[in-house]
Amino acid sequence: MKIAVCVKQVPAKDAPLAIDASGGWIRETDISFETNEPDSFALEEALRLKEKHGGEVVAISMGPERAKQTIKEALAKGAERGIHVVDDKFYVLDPLASARSLAAAIEKEKFDLILTGLQSEDHGFGQTGVLLAELLGLPHATIIMSIEAQGDHLRVKRELEAGWFQWVELPLPAVLTIQSGINKPRYATLKGIMAAKKKEIANMPRESLGVQSSPTQKVERIYVPQKTKKTEFITGSPKEIAAKLVEKLQHEARVL
Amino acid sequence: MKILLITEQREGKWNKVSFEALAAAQQIATQANGSVTGVVLGQGVAALSDELAAYELAEVMLVENAMLEKYTPDGYSIALKHVVEQAKPELVIFPHTYQVRDFAPKLAASMNRGMIGDCVGYRSEGGKLIFVRQMFQGRTAADVVFQGDAPWIASFQAGAFRADTAVKRQSGKAPVKPVSVELKAEQIRTKPLELFREAKQAVDLTQAPILVSIGRGIKAPENIPLAEKLAKALGAELSASRPICDEGWLPMERQIGSSGQTVSPKLYLALGISGAIQHVVGMKGSRCIAAINKDQNAPIFEIADYGVVGDLFEIVPALTEEIEKSKPA
Repeated sequence: MKIAVCVKQVPAKDAPLAIDASGGWIRETDISFETNEPDSFALEEALRLKEKHGGEVVAISMGPERAKQTIKEALAKGAERGIHVVDDKFYVLDPLASARSLAAAIEKEKFDLILTGLQSEDHGFGQTGVLLAELLGLPHATIIMSIEAQGDHLRVKRELEAGWFQWVELPLPAVLTIQSGINKPRYATLKGIMAAKKKEIANMPRESLGVQSSPTQKVERIYVPQKTKKTEFITGSPKEIAAKLVEKLQHEARVL
Repeated sequence: MKILLITEQREGKWNKVSFEALAAAQQIATQANGSVTGVVLGQGVAALSDELAAYELAEVMLVENAMLEKYTPDGYSIALKHVVEQAKPELVIFPHTYQVRDFAPKLAASMNRGMIGDCVGYRSEGGKLIFVRQMFQGRTAADVVFQGDAPWIASFQAGAFRADTAVKRQSGKAPVKPVSVELKAEQIRTKPLELFREAKQAVDLTQAPILVSIGRGIKAPENIPLAEKLAKALGAELSASRPICDEGWLPMERQIGSSGQTVSPKLYLALGISGAIQHVVGMKGSRCIAAINKDQNAPIFEIADYGVVGDLFEIVPALTEEIEKSKPA
């Protein structure tokens, strides 16, 4: 099975975020980046499918030069090759333009399966997988908790809301978006990290893909959200905090 | 402005977030001098369209087809594309459900349009509609506007609007218009099989008056007894955000959030929970929220009544002791 897995690099979870001068993105200096956690579940699922059924895993990422690190991590974990769609201003793209760019890179080869994480931890559009399916003319299923490959088709477990699930069958080639928690993503081994150094990462400047996409939406500005509630912050030593909080919960909020 | 509101049902039962999206659509319509047309999709769902017609709507479009009995992304996208082309709305509003996430971006792309998904609100400024959604896991908000030609497609997150603010008609019912769509079996590539629930839920967190809930900040399973002791002192149930259950540190049935249970206890004590939106939708209806987190910018503090910025490993034991002390002997 030849599998493409889309991996995105996003600011680290604990990175302090500051809004940049344009007001539309964050200041990227002085913060660290990491692989989008939902995508690490998709990568792990791709690697397990390959190990079970044979084939190849290709990690695809769009972003500035720094995104190569996320591809390298995927290679160190066991992906065979990487594709880097290079675009320093990837963050101004709307979901449709991002998906068109990734689709153009993916279309250069013939994949049996394309996996993405559920959503990214930066934009959080949660649309890329579904859009790729439409743009590539493939069937899809989302929020997947289990994959069984059965010859020329898949049987997958979709997570619905409120504890419900559904099995769905679909023919290959197909696109799946993977729910976080489907597996336990592996760590890269030292051997894997060494082997990754010899693996190929194809550089594809986004403009070289010839994608025409007029924007359908624009993020005008990002900002720290206004509070809907006034939070009363309680300070002091742990002992003082505990005493004050219990007092408040008992006599002010009256919930104890 | 003509607005199309797409409702959601499964096996003849509403997804109630539909009525929150209806409230949003009605409010936008009122400000934009427009009207809302409701859409019900499925097979054998005329009773639902009749129910929807009791609301303040210009019309209800009832789209029935045997191939829409069970949801498929292909069937729904093809049918709704037809509906949108026929109704010619400027704005199409969806509730942001798992099902909508599964097909609405595809529908939009099939019409060469974009979708602003998962909105938590909107503003109207000089006739321009600005949609507000979250980015960076709720650490920032974003104002997003449509560009290019209508129809524009947006979805509103569960809890963004109150279903009980959806306006009913004073009298009579909105006209229900049956709409037929052509669907061929070969256009539907996925085959939906059985719906099921995993192990039945042994604990019903929705009935607990107090919840002590843990998130990533608890760091390791060895630290969970710390929270358990506090829960015991409070007579509370223990619950968690998704990552804790994904790790297997607590069973899935103790998960709060969009993929777990939705609760509204009188007290929700969040320990080391950052407050990602998928979690917050499951607990923001709590009467009182107290949060302990080391990051003062954690989104959980946007909805907390009481906040403590600090080390939960120091504060939780002190709190447990204080609760024990405050109990009548």
